[in-house]
Amino acid sequence: MKELLANPVLVKEIKLRFRNMKSFTGLFFYLLIMGIFVFGFINLTSSISGSGFFRPEESFMLFSMLSYIQLGLILFITPGLTAGSVSSEREKQTLNILLTTAQSSFQIIFGKLLSSIAFLLLLLVSGLPIYSMVFLYGGVSPGQIAIIFLFYFLTLLVIGGLGVMYSTLTRRTIVSMIVTYGTMIFLTAVTGFFLILSVSLSSAAMGTGVSPLSYFWASINPAVVLLTLLEPGFNDEIGQMTGIPLPLWVSYTIFYAFIFVGSIWLSVSKLRVNMNKYK
Amino acid sequence: MIEIKGLTKKYGSFYALKDLNLTIEEGTVFGFVGANGAGKSTTFSILATLLQPTSGEAWINGISISQNPHEIRKQIGYMPDFFGVYDQLKTDEYLDFYGASYGLDAQQRVVLIPKLLELVNLSAKRHDYVDLLSRGMKQRLCLARALIHDPKVLILDEPASGLDPRARVEMREILRELKAMGKTILISSHILPELAEMCDTLGVIDSGELIAHGSVQSIQEKLQSEKVISVKLTGGFTEAIRFFENDPLVSQITEIHERGILQFLYKGTEEDQLDLLRKAITAGLPVLAFSEEETDLEDIFMEITKGAGTL
Repeated sequence: MKELLANPVLVKEIKLRFRNMKSFTGLFFYLLIMGIFVFGFINLTSSISGSGFFRPEESFMLFSMLSYIQLGLILFITPGLTAGSVSSEREKQTLNILLTTAQSSFQIIFGKLLSSIAFLLLLLVSGLPIYSMVFLYGGVSPGQIAIIFLFYFLTLLVIGGLGVMYSTLTRRTIVSMIVTYGTMIFLTAVTGFFLILSVSLSSAAMGTGVSPLSYFWASINPAVVLLTLLEPGFNDEIGQMTGIPLPLWVSYTIFYAFIFVGSIWLSVSKLRVNMNKYK
Repeated sequence: MIEIKGLTKKYGSFYALKDLNLTIEEGTVFGFVGANGAGKSTTFSILATLLQPTSGEAWINGISISQNPHEIRKQIGYMPDFFGVYDQLKTDEYLDFYGASYGLDAQQRVVLIPKLLELVNLSAKRHDYVDLLSRGMKQRLCLARALIHDPKVLILDEPASGLDPRARVEMREILRELKAMGKTILISSHILPELAEMCDTLGVIDSGELIAHGSVQSIQEKLQSEKVISVKLTGGFTEAIRFFENDPLVSQITEIHERGILQFLYKGTEEDQLDLLRKAITAGLPVLAFSEEETDLEDIFMEITKGAGTL
């Protein structure tokens, strides 16, 4: 583990990232958005209810909305941080030199990915004090927050892995950016659309119950999976409707783990030319 | 030692490199001459494991580039013709990063970096940001970077391109030092004439094909089809011109009247040259001096790149 973290690319990337004002302004705006939302919500809810206090049910609602906002921010920021990781080195003409060093392709890819993940984790951790506002009012368990954070971690790992993969495969950062954002939109909006379509089509055809395809679309959509994590009862409903008792988060973890492993494998194998290929 | 056998790189039907066969002895300096796009960078990129050859093989110190590219990377220090730098790293941090990339531990790097900066005359710039360095300094820093893991072989692709004369001289001095350190150096450059005295062997490449290989002198002899002869006369220019015009090996006679010199191109051997001088004196021409003009490598380079296909 120590060797993995002493990765030269990781150390260099973190150094460069924190010498750049963009990282600090990014962090500032991230916390600003979260802060405005939390204080705005509390203020609005207590003034609308006229009670002057904040009930645990409202606290849970705040927590849910905050979780979605944070998911949205992660999905929005991760491609921006990772989709240029290799292609920008190519554009700056630093990649060739890096590739002639003794570092393995895995080390380089791992360093690139981990530096972006580290920054994203910093965003998540720095948002914790705002999150903890919810605890003041009750209604949410720390365990639930831990699960949500694990879910975030898996999601940003996969989107980050995809970003690094596209950045390795494409020559230009702009192309890599577009494709990574495209994939992120597919995994969130397009699968959501297919889920709605699939549910409505199968209900129209069968009357009751929905097709297993709906389960598939639901299980790869981060927003739906987050809903099942916030409302575990929703898992049982889906199980009854689709006939698949497996909780969505299990399928999500398996599917996203495959994507992650696949994207890292492809990045590592395509980073350098295969000198032995023509044999 | 570097051994290249039948190395070929094809893009569609275009040959960037065609059946290159070359042996470079350990501790020698090999200069690669050729016009832009001749195949020098392609060869170097393949040797640096950055480009996959279409066919052929190369070995560096007995290690195959296709079978063991990872080990090759430890053996070579590569400096590409165009390269960028990480603009928010300082000079010593830049070297530290690459030192770590070659597996040197922190203590080794701390000792090594000042020495390398001294070698390339950048000690004073140690804490400066890399992007603020001049082009010549960046080139020297890149050379120091290529040396960080003490490689046995240096592959330097146009290390002096775009440098002003002073920076070129500085680069040449550093390369001389590296040669004295016993490194095997492969260098391609447009300043090769300046480096001729430090190159043990030269290779001339054109349109992907090696058209000459050997010592500087042998290349000069092989490629120089015509010599320039200067004849200094005390008078009788009209007769002299008529005399030399009659020799079938002589062409393009020019008269530099104010200096009393006739110059012409001559195709013959040294014996033919001696015979011509003897005949000129017998014919009564007032010859004060008869000499072969020295053509430098720059001239040969120009000649080769002008019409190498016919060589």
